[in-house]
This record gives sequence, C-alpha cells and structure tokens, in this order.
Amino acid sequence: MFLIKGMPIRLLQGRTNELQTHSNADDQVLTDPRMASGMQEKQYTPSLLSFFIYNPKFGPREGEEEKKILFYHPCDVEKNEKIRNVGLCEAIVQFTRTFCPTKPAKSLHTQKNRQFFHEPEGNFWMVMVVRNPMVEKPSKDGKPPTIEYQEEEILDTVYGAVLQQCYSMYKLFNGTFIRAFEAGGVELLTQKLEKFFYRYIQTLHLQSCDLLDVFGGISFFPLDKMTYLKIQCFVNRVEESLNLVKYTAFLYNDQLIWSGLEQDDMRILYKYLTTSLFPRHTEPELAGRDSPLRPEVTGNLLHYGRFLTGPANLKDPDAKFRFPRIFVNTEDNYEELHLIVYKAMSAAVCFMVNASVELTREFCEQLDALVGPQLTLLASDICEQYNINKRISGPEKEPQFKFIYFNHMNLAEKSTIHMRKTASVSLTSVHPDLMKILGDINSDFARVDADEEIIVKAMTDYWVVGKKSDQRELYVILNQKNANLIEVNEEVKRLCATQFNNIFFLD
Amino acid sequence: MSEGYYLELSENPVQFENASSVNNVFFDEANKQVFAVRSGGATGVVVKGPEDKNSIAFRMDDKGEVKCIKFSLGNKILAVQRTPKTVDFINFIPDFPHLEFSHECKTKNSSVLGFCWTSWNEIVFITDQGIEFYQVLPEKRTLKILKSQSINVNWYIYCPETAVLVLSTTVQGNVLQPFAFKNGTMSKMTKFEIELPVAPKPAKIILSERDIAVATIYGQLYVMHLKHHTRSTNNSGAEVVLYHLLREGSCKKAHVLKLNTSGKFALNVVDNLVVVHHQSSRTSLIFDIKLKEPDCPVNIHQPVLPAQSIHPYKISVTGPVAATGQASVPCELYSSTWSVFQPDIIISASEGYLWYLHVKLHPTVNLLQDKGKLMDFLLHRSDCKMVILSVCSQMLVGGEKGNLPVVATVFDKLNQVYKEYLEAEQAYTLAVESGPSRFSNSYKRPIRSQAVIDQSDMYTHVFSAFTEKKDVSHKFIIAVLMEYIRSLNQFQITVQHYFYELVIKTLVQHNLFYMLHQFLQYHVLSDSKPLACLLLSLESTYPPAHQLSLDMLKRLSTANDEIVEVLLSKQQVLGALRFVRSVGGHDNVSARKFLDAARQTNDTMLFYTIFRFFEQRNFRLRGNPAFNPGEHCEEHVTYFKEVFGEQTLMKLPVV
Repeated sequence: MFLIKGMPIRLLQGRTNELQTHSNADDQVLTDPRMASGMQEKQYTPSLLSFFIYNPKFGPREGEEEKKILFYHPCDVEKNEKIRNVGLCEAIVQFTRTFCPTKPAKSLHTQKNRQFFHEPEGNFWMVMVVRNPMVEKPSKDGKPPTIEYQEEEILDTVYGAVLQQCYSMYKLFNGTFIRAFEAGGVELLTQKLEKFFYRYIQTLHLQSCDLLDVFGGISFFPLDKMTYLKIQCFVNRVEESLNLVKYTAFLYNDQLIWSGLEQDDMRILYKYLTTSLFPRHTEPELAGRDSPLRPEVTGNLLHYGRFLTGPANLKDPDAKFRFPRIFVNTEDNYEELHLIVYKAMSAAVCFMVNASVELTREFCEQLDALVGPQLTLLASDICEQYNINKRISGPEKEPQFKFIYFNHMNLAEKSTIHMRKTASVSLTSVHPDLMKILGDINSDFARVDADEEIIVKAMTDYWVVGKKSDQRELYVILNQKNANLIEVNEEVKRLCATQFNNIFFLD
Repeated sequence: MSEGYYLELSENPVQFENASSVNNVFFDEANKQVFAVRSGGATGVVVKGPEDKNSIAFRMDDKGEVKCIKFSLGNKILAVQRTPKTVDFINFIPDFPHLEFSHECKTKNSSVLGFCWTSWNEIVFITDQGIEFYQVLPEKRTLKILKSQSINVNWYIYCPETAVLVLSTTVQGNVLQPFAFKNGTMSKMTKFEIELPVAPKPAKIILSERDIAVATIYGQLYVMHLKHHTRSTNNSGAEVVLYHLLREGSCKKAHVLKLNTSGKFALNVVDNLVVVHHQSSRTSLIFDIKLKEPDCPVNIHQPVLPAQSIHPYKISVTGPVAATGQASVPCELYSSTWSVFQPDIIISASEGYLWYLHVKLHPTVNLLQDKGKLMDFLLHRSDCKMVILSVCSQMLVGGEKGNLPVVATVFDKLNQVYKEYLEAEQAYTLAVESGPSRFSNSYKRPIRSQAVIDQSDMYTHVFSAFTEKKDVSHKFIIAVLMEYIRSLNQFQITVQHYFYELVIKTLVQHNLFYMLHQFLQYHVLSDSKPLACLLLSLESTYPPAHQLSLDMLKRLSTANDEIVEVLLSKQQVLGALRFVRSVGGHDNVSARKFLDAARQTNDTMLFYTIFRFFEQRNFRLRGNPAFNPGEHCEEHVTYFKEVFGEQTLMKLPVV
C-alpha cells in the first residue's frame, strides 16, 4: 500500500553517544542509547498512514457518525473503519480533556504509529497518523523477518507542526472551515477539503521533516541599507500608481526582503512560494534553450519580467487573467485577495489585489510595463550589491560551521545544514540522527522560559550545541576530532562573534 | 490677483526730477547714481541713489552743456565732460579746495567718447583713437597718466562690478577688445569677434552698442549680444548669444538664448537670470543658463517660463510722498522712454523713476508644471528657501497619482545641494583643523546659500505638519518619509534621529509593528541611544521591541550600562552579570546593584550565585572575600547569613 524507499543504514562504531552537558541553570542529561548491528537490515522511514478531518457536532446521534467525517485519507478505507478511527480519536481527546481542559491531547504514541491531533477551529479536528520508522531484520532459518518499531525516533514537535502547516496552507487558499460551511454547508466544505488535500497530502514528505518545520521560519535576504531602501521605494511607488495593489511582498533568491502582509500570513505564503511555486518555475528556467519546458520568450527585450501566476504570455490572445486567490487576516478583516507573482531574474514580487476586483488584460499589461523594467534594474542592482558585500565580508567564512538559527520574534531563519528546500526533497548535509538531536534540544528549550545552553557529544566526532537567548535559538553541529568541551564552547563563541555580532546574543 | 506676474519693479523707486529742456538726467552705472543737472549745473545738481536716501545736492558753474557726469567711487571726485576734448574735475573730499580743474586728452585730433572711474582716484578716458588711464591727484589738481593704448574705438561698454572695459573696434564694429583694470594697472584681454549674420558691403558699422551688454551671471563675466532675426538666415526669431569672457584665455561663445520672436529688445540680469524685455508685445522672457533643456543641444536655451509682462505698476499723481488713498495712475510699462541698465535697472527719465527689477518666485511655482525643473530653477535663486519649502508642502498635500517619483526627484535635487554644502563645510573644517598652513588662507568658510535645505528645515516646515494631516493616508506618509530617508542615504548624509522617530511614531500610530520590525531588521533606522530607548518604551504594546532595542544597544557598543539596566529591570540578573563579564566590566560594577536585583527575584539560589560571584571577585581583587564598607552590601551579607548560615560565607584560605 505504501511505497517505502529502502535506505542503507550507517554502521555505527560501538554504542557511543557519550553525553556531556553544559548548562547554565540546571544540569541536563540526555540519553540516546542506540543499537545497531552489522546485519542486512532494512530501515523504513516514517510515513503517512492516514489523515482525516472531522467535526463531532455534525453527527452527534448514533447511526449518523459518518456525517462527522469531512475528509478521510486514504479514501478507500472501509466506512466502519473510518468511523471507528474517528471515534477513537474523539474518545481520546474527550478523555484526556478531563485532566487538562485547556490543553487537549496533541498526540498519541503507540508502538506502531503516532497520532497527532489538532483543533484549528472550534470543533474541527485534524488528525494525522504517522507510522513509526522501523527496522526490518532478516532472521535466520527462513522465518519471516522481524520488525522493530523505533517509536522514539519521531518528534511530536516536528509532526505537530506539519499538521498545523497543513491547516495554514489550506486556509491560505480556501479560507477557514467555518466560512466554507456557512457559505455552502457541509457539501461545500467537503468539496473544498477534498480538492485541496487530495493533492496536498501527496506533497507531504514526512521522512524529511525536521526542526525547520517546527520553526516554519522565513529566510531573509541579507542586504545593505541603501539597496533595501531602493526596494522599499519601488514597492511604495508601484503601490501608489497601481492603487489596486493592497499588499506587496518582495523576494530575492527565494529569500524574503519585504512583506506588507502580517507575519503569520507571510509565513505560510513564504512556505508556499519557496516550496511549491518557485521550484515549479525554476526547472523551466534551468532547462536548455531548446527544451520544451522553457517558457516562450515574450519578445520583450526591455526587461525580463514575467508572471509566475496568471498569464504565462501576455501576447497570447487566449491568455487567461486568472490568479490564485488567497485568504489573509482571517482573524479580523478576513480578506480575500488575488495573488499575482511577478518575477524578473532572481527578484520576485507578490502583488495582492482585493479579490472583488476583476483583473483584466489592461491591468496586467500596465503592471508588466510599469514593474518589468524597474524590477529588472533592481534585480541587477541587488545582485551587484550582494556580490560586493560578499567580497567585502571575505571569502566564505561559513562552511566549517553547520548551524540553524531561528528568531521567534521575526521568524528569521538561517540554515547552513539544509542545502535545498523544495516540496519534494529537503536535502540536509547531516545525518538524520543529528537532526533528531537538534529536535530534542529544541523540545527541551520549549519547556523552560529561561536562556540556556546545551552541549551534546554525539556519535563519532560530532558535537551538537544548542543555545537559547531571549527569543533566539541557535543550533551548531561541529565535527572536530578530539575536541573537548572547552574547545567546543570557544568555537561556538567564535561563530557567534562572526555571524551574529550585530545582535544581542548572550554567551 | 498677482498670479502669473513673475517680474516686478521695486516698490520704492529712486525718484528724481524728470528730464526736460532745463533738466538733463544722467545715470552712472558704477555708483548707480542719477544726476539731475538743471541748467548745466548752475541752478543745481541733485544726485540720487542708489537707495534714494543719501542724495547730494550742489551747484556748479554753467560752463556749457554737460555730456557726461560721474562721481569717483565713494563720491570723492566729480568728473564732468563738457567738451569733446576735455574732462573737468571737482574735489569732493572734505578739507580739499572745492575747485574745478580740467584735463585734456593727450592724443591729438581725438575726441573723448566718455570716461569711467575704476577706483576713487583712477579714471579711464575713452577716445575714438584709444584709451588713456589716469590717476587723479586732487591735492595737486592734476592727472598722472598711468597707461594708454591707441586703438580705433567705435563705442565702449564698462562693467563696474568687474572693472572690465569692452571696446568696439574695426569698421564693422564687431571685434571687441576688453581691458581689465585693477589697482592702477590695466591689462589687455584677448579680443574676440561677435558673429554677425551677414557682412554688409561696403563695410560699415553694423554692431550697435545697443545690442551689446556685459554682466556677470553665476559669477562669470559674459558679453551678451542681441542677435536680431534676419530674413535671409532663418525664421527662428532673434536670439541672445552669450560670450564667456575669461581673464585669461580666449573668449568663447557659451550660450544661445532663443527668443522665438523679433522686434526691439532690452536685457537685464536679475538673480543670475537673463531677462529679455520685448517692447512690442510688452512682455519679458527669462532664461537660466544653468537649466539644461532636455531636447536641445547643450547650451541652447528656451525661456524658462512663458512670456509675461512685468507686474502692473501704479504711480501716484502727486509724487513720491503721496499718502495712501490718493489718486494713482497706472505706469506705462515697456515705454519707449525707458532706459535699461545692467544688471537690473530700469529708468524712466521722462517720469523721473529708477527701479530695480525683481524676480518673484511664488508665481513661478504654478507656471512650471515639471517639479524637477521647477526645483532646478528655484535652487539657483537667491531668495528661494521658503518658496522651495512651500513647494514641498504643496506637492505632498496634492496627492495626485504617480506623485512619489516626483517627490523622489525633488528630494534628490534638494539633497544634492545640501550634500555639496556639507562637503564644502567639512573640507573647510578639515583645513582649519590642520592648523595654520600656507593653504589655510585660501580656504574660506563656505557660504550657506538659501538653497541649502537641511533636515531640520524639512522637518519644521514640511514634515511635521504633513505627518499630522488627517486626510493623508498613512501609507503615503510612510512612503514619503522613506523616500526622504532613501534620498539622504543616497547622498550619504547622516539622517537625523527625529526622522526615524517620525517614522516610528507613524507606524506605531497605525499598528504597523511588523513593518517597523522589518525596517529595523535591515537597519534602515540607524542605531542610536534615543532610538533604542524609544523602542524600549514600545515594549508593552509590541513585545519584540525589547529584543530590537537590546540588539541596537549592543551594536552601539557604547551602551553597555544601558544593557545591564535593561536586563536587571527584567530580572535577568544572571544574564546581566554574564553580559558584564563578556565585555570585561565585571571588576568595576556595583555589587550592590546586582545583589539588590537578585534579592527582588525572591530566588535564593540566584541570590546565592550572585553573592558568591562577588565574594570571589572581592577575593581576586583584594585577597579578601568580604565586601568593602563603601560597597554598602551589609544588608545583603546579613540576609545571606540568615538564609544560608554564617559558615557559608566564603572564608579566607588559611595560609
């Protein structure tokens, strides 16, 4: 039923994981015993077992349980099993509520899988069931292989965040559940859910989820003040002359520079742009000149601007001027907007226009004529400035450090661990076990409010350092032969001094 | 009412007795004095000007018709020409005999065309055969020749400001020979030829004195030639050709002003603008040689503004002292009896008025739609500050679509001038600081012209009112502020913190905290202690402001004390101590401050840690863990003993 990719496991030397901690306030000891043998084992990564959405109020009476279910994946599950699974979740949530009415259960750990519960809107529940990673051990004597579930290997925080992200993404393109229900009853809601999640679930790659999903951060493009001001003024001028535009966001190299949207809306829009929209459009760009994937050159030699959403070619007489709609500020104003994404070279701008306005060819042409040349110029300015700054700051001082930085205040995120982040793959340059340690440290940080620091000696020569100062978190992975605690501490200090010298980061 | 009239005659003209059969009127451009000579001086000479206050009246014997009459600089000596060969002098220096003496030009068979004073006692005679430069010795009542030059002269023009005399020579009159005078010396400058449309045959004088004027524009000396339109050449109308006259080197044709019409013209120079009066249409045109025309080749200029008459002027019938309410009649403008003198003087001899011509800037604001060009024009005017500021205010309130690029252009133009001034100022300061060197004298403190519009001007006159406006969208306000900040940054001018405060205030007022956060993230709002404190005060409405503020204080690197205070106020005692230690200040901090803060947390373990830290510090610094009386920590020592027992106090190691 599931396609499971086999993954060769790494042979680990002995049963290492010598742990050292270095904490400011209290001593913490982490244990992560791990066994591995050299036999031909098969490792299976975590995978999605089922995903469903229900509302207990929709079928409160006996015999009507099916009405509660708004969406169920996989859809070919037998009806009674669906009802049973939903009922179980309902029961667990109800039961655990007695212990803590304000914080209902978030997850259920079992040997084979883990269930995650999320109630994004009153009485609407989303449940995701993830099968634990497992190791298949071939046994001798022709007996069937034994399966060992690694129930401790997946993190609540990571998959809990993935589930929340599912909702946010749905909401971005469809608005809230309740609005759909009010507008068209259960029928409309289920239709919408079906349409959205059928495709979205296929893009969930649970095996490559990690700490970055917990943060759901935004990578900001580093830029000097002057160029930033130019962009700022460009945005203001465009918004002034095309007064239909309500909000604007500006990105370069898939990194954010300016957002007119509020932080939470930008966070999910950013996720959509960088993991879905942009990757879809980079491939044609990278394709060869004669490749059929390459978009037709519009013949406009004055600028490189083009629409990533809406019409692919303005000159096409049959071009459609339909743009994706997004929902923002759902808490208060509940705005529905057209999402126009326009790109010139590496600079991409999102213009958001009130959805009640119909976008015409004239508007798109006006936008193209106004924004295209300016954005082309700006993109080359940014590129030039960026290269100058890079030259000034010296040739790559990063590579020896692998780190993840996150600031809860502005959602700024920076990772030198992740090489490329797309919907299909999240390539990390470190072993998943190390990523797991990062996640563990993060969970520890979440428990206490105070600033702290945790240093972990991991397998082989790796050291993992987690630091938390005010609202910022920094995770560093060091690989130094025979380094001791003091040296590691010094090394991290040096990293802070070079990479984070302009922020207040206690050491 | 007065809209559109950008030229006006001065309100307080110099009045004199109008020219008549018994009263001859003379004007001296050097001293800007009007001489009213009644009956050859016998019944009185009245000298007025330039401000109409200090008039001089005297009598002199009528020795024939006066052809030319001028005071030397400072009204020391009066020179009067009555005959073609001689000039008479009268002493006006107190204590010197008030007697006339006469001097005859030395070249035989020549006649004196006129004379010019170049100082209080130096005079040049211009004869038809050359020039003679004399020093007048009033006590001896004689003249001493300093220098002379023989040359055929048709006519001459003298520019008193620069003491340059231009002579018309050759048969056609179009070769001009300039001479410069300075401290008793006379130097011949390079002669040059005025281009004429056609050379007449037979050769005769065709370049008239009336078509030539000399004036300084933007500090440079120009000979202006009114080149009349001739049917044979083209139909573009007359033009004014400006020849740039250099002390050294040859003179070159520098600018062409297109008049696009023909007829009788007169020239003035006002506030570095060339004003061309056109008599038949009774209008004037103004040209600015510093304005570049986008579609014209370099140095060809079109009028800055549409042709317009001088503002109507009324003169009271009863004369200058007429009280208000008395009948007044409109003065005939562009009258044929007007005489125009450089740079900005208009005289109506028949009515007895001398006016200065003024350019009014306010009416130009509505005449020049292109704001960029308007700024270029205004920035070169002397009395421009308030007009520019009002243009800025107006353009922000207008709120037309597509306004921002215009706003940006205007800001850039203002800041360009502002930056140039700042640089000059800086260079000057540097030169002064570098001590008395041989160059130090050559540095003059840069003069701050009105065109230098600095940040406080903009703040006071434009932005403070603008940001208070209720009917302007906050989006536009922020966009304008960002444009101004961008422009300042573009010219590398340090932005004053009150602009940042204005940005923050506007953003906070509209709850745009995320925007503010992004600005700070990219350091658009430069770091400063006042700004950091402002952010701290926002913490209650926007918690992330705390982090932003701390970051800023950290970057300032001079605000370590403030950081400690902030952390202590948040009860982050350990964090504060670790910070102090990281910047190496832990040997000097007040132990009491930290212990106080630790006590307030009611966390005994924290108190213990902090207490122990200072005991160790004491031991390290003084060899004794006890606190000094001066540290006022007795209360905390007592508390420590109470909670942890006396034996827990750090002991001196037994030696």
